[in-house]
Amino acid sequence: MSVLVWIDQFRGRVQPASWETLGLARTLAEDGRVVAVVIGEGVENVAQDAIAYGADAVLLYDDPLYRDFRFETYNAALKDATTSENPVLVLFPATTRGRDLSASFACTMDLGLAPDAQAVQVEEGRVVVKRPVYSGNMIATVVVETTPAVVSLRPRTAPMPEKDASRSGEVVKKGAVIDGSQVKTQVVGFEEKEAGEVSLTDARIIVSGGRGVKGPEGFEPLRELARVLGAAIGASRAAVDAGWISYDHQVGQTGKTVRPDVYIACGISGAIQHQAGMRESKIIVAINKDPEAPIFQIADYGIVDDLFKIVPALTKEARKRLGAS
Amino acid sequence: MKYIVLLKQTPDTAELPKITPEQALAGNEGVTKVMNPWDEYAVEEGIRLKERYGGETVAMSMGPEEVNEALKSALAMGCDRAVRLWDEAFEGSDVWGTALVLAKGIEKDGGADIVLTGKMSVDGNAGAVAHGVACKLGVSLLTQVAKIVEVTEETITVERLLDEGRETVVAPLPAVVSVVKEINEPRYPTFIRIRKASRAKIPVLSAADLGLSPEEVGASAAKVKWVNLEKPAPKKRQVVIIEGETPEEKAAKLLDYLMNVEKVI
Repeated sequence: MSVLVWIDQFRGRVQPASWETLGLARTLAEDGRVVAVVIGEGVENVAQDAIAYGADAVLLYDDPLYRDFRFETYNAALKDATTSENPVLVLFPATTRGRDLSASFACTMDLGLAPDAQAVQVEEGRVVVKRPVYSGNMIATVVVETTPAVVSLRPRTAPMPEKDASRSGEVVKKGAVIDGSQVKTQVVGFEEKEAGEVSLTDARIIVSGGRGVKGPEGFEPLRELARVLGAAIGASRAAVDAGWISYDHQVGQTGKTVRPDVYIACGISGAIQHQAGMRESKIIVAINKDPEAPIFQIADYGIVDDLFKIVPALTKEARKRLGAS
Repeated sequence: MKYIVLLKQTPDTAELPKITPEQALAGNEGVTKVMNPWDEYAVEEGIRLKERYGGETVAMSMGPEEVNEALKSALAMGCDRAVRLWDEAFEGSDVWGTALVLAKGIEKDGGADIVLTGKMSVDGNAGAVAHGVACKLGVSLLTQVAKIVEVTEETITVERLLDEGRETVVAPLPAVVSVVKEINEPRYPTFIRIRKASRAKIPVLSAADLGLSPEEVGASAAKVKWVNLEKPAPKKRQVVIIEGETPEEKAAKLLDYLMNVEKVI
């Protein structure tokens, strides 16, 4: 039995959820083969890392044609990989790109799709997946009736495998598998996000702000704490709708679903829509002036106080203990 | 130019936690239903495109009669007409079955230059209808779209929101575009438009109208089957309220818990 895993990389930087997905594939494949699919330009080092994280082999589609993520070219490479490996399962990390590509690929190949899985099993050759639906309010168990099955795995649901640089495996160089002149979609510009920002979905720690931060400048103390803790910045819908912070920080039903080790909610009342996006966090800390705020009902630790006093005190204390800048 | 907005009727987000697995499996959630919140952005963008470039904006949805309410909301916002696709044979369709019905509906309506839809539905959460419709129609697919920069006779230029930044992409028309919340702020319909929309007669197209045979759609054609639905086991949490004389004392106590007890920092 073989399992194919697509590795999500952007300009050579791999989304860590890819390695978690590879780790899960290793467990599911038992004695079978785990084959990583790496698509990009100048990404041979990513292929080597895939071996170190547990792949038995890598199909490397390395060509200028793959510099940008485009459905036409990436689907063609995945189709080539699937045809040559004949896997039971094609796994993707459920990153933004992973969810997009898995859906487009599955439809192109007429295969069943189970997106955003939080558990995956192979039972007598059939792939069974548990996935959150109704915006996290219910868990569906679904059976994928096609072989291969196409599944994307929610980030931070499988453990990060150990990297072992001494592992060896074959890297099969495949290059371009379609004629570039046939590809009509063109990426004509890219504007990088502020450097040093930690991605919400991969973050171990999230410092999040709501209505209580009172304005765009109210996020500054939160950012300082996040810098010291190496945390990502989240926000409630109220803060995003007020225009205090951009939408890509929004956690909740109409934003991102996160499950960090620690979620520090500052001035967030904890509407049910917000809870849907963060209640799977391992530890929830609530800092809020209002002792009646619903956030305290789902928190592990609470401080009933002004966030503008508590957050700077936390930053100072954390800096002292962690020796961070 | 012609724009078709694909939308779904879903439970009101505030009511999602009240729905039981039994109700959901029976397809009768027993709660207030509204236009899927993500699709409101698609409807708004469809109307804005008409305002920018002229043409017609059509709202389309697959579902039983109750879905007319969501389609009427789209009309009240400013769509020119609405089309509903329904047949008992559609019941139990998976995402690819739904995409096939919608693609046939678009073709039957004479096609579209731009098909718009929201990022995902708040109930099914698959976020794959746009991908499916583009695939079935064999046209360009643009996802995570935060801005439509320009539309010409032959192309569309958009900004896509990536985890790493913003990307500008040009693709040939026709195209299926799935939008994210950043793209706009949906308008509130005027009282007059709501009244007018409430009287609208919305045509319904059946499987036969769309040239679909029953085995192509519905539960029997589904490639993914739901075998169980359950409420997630709630994490047992008992909040520890941290007391202290000063913010510094509270901060230190909290860090003690996080670093020494929970060991998460």
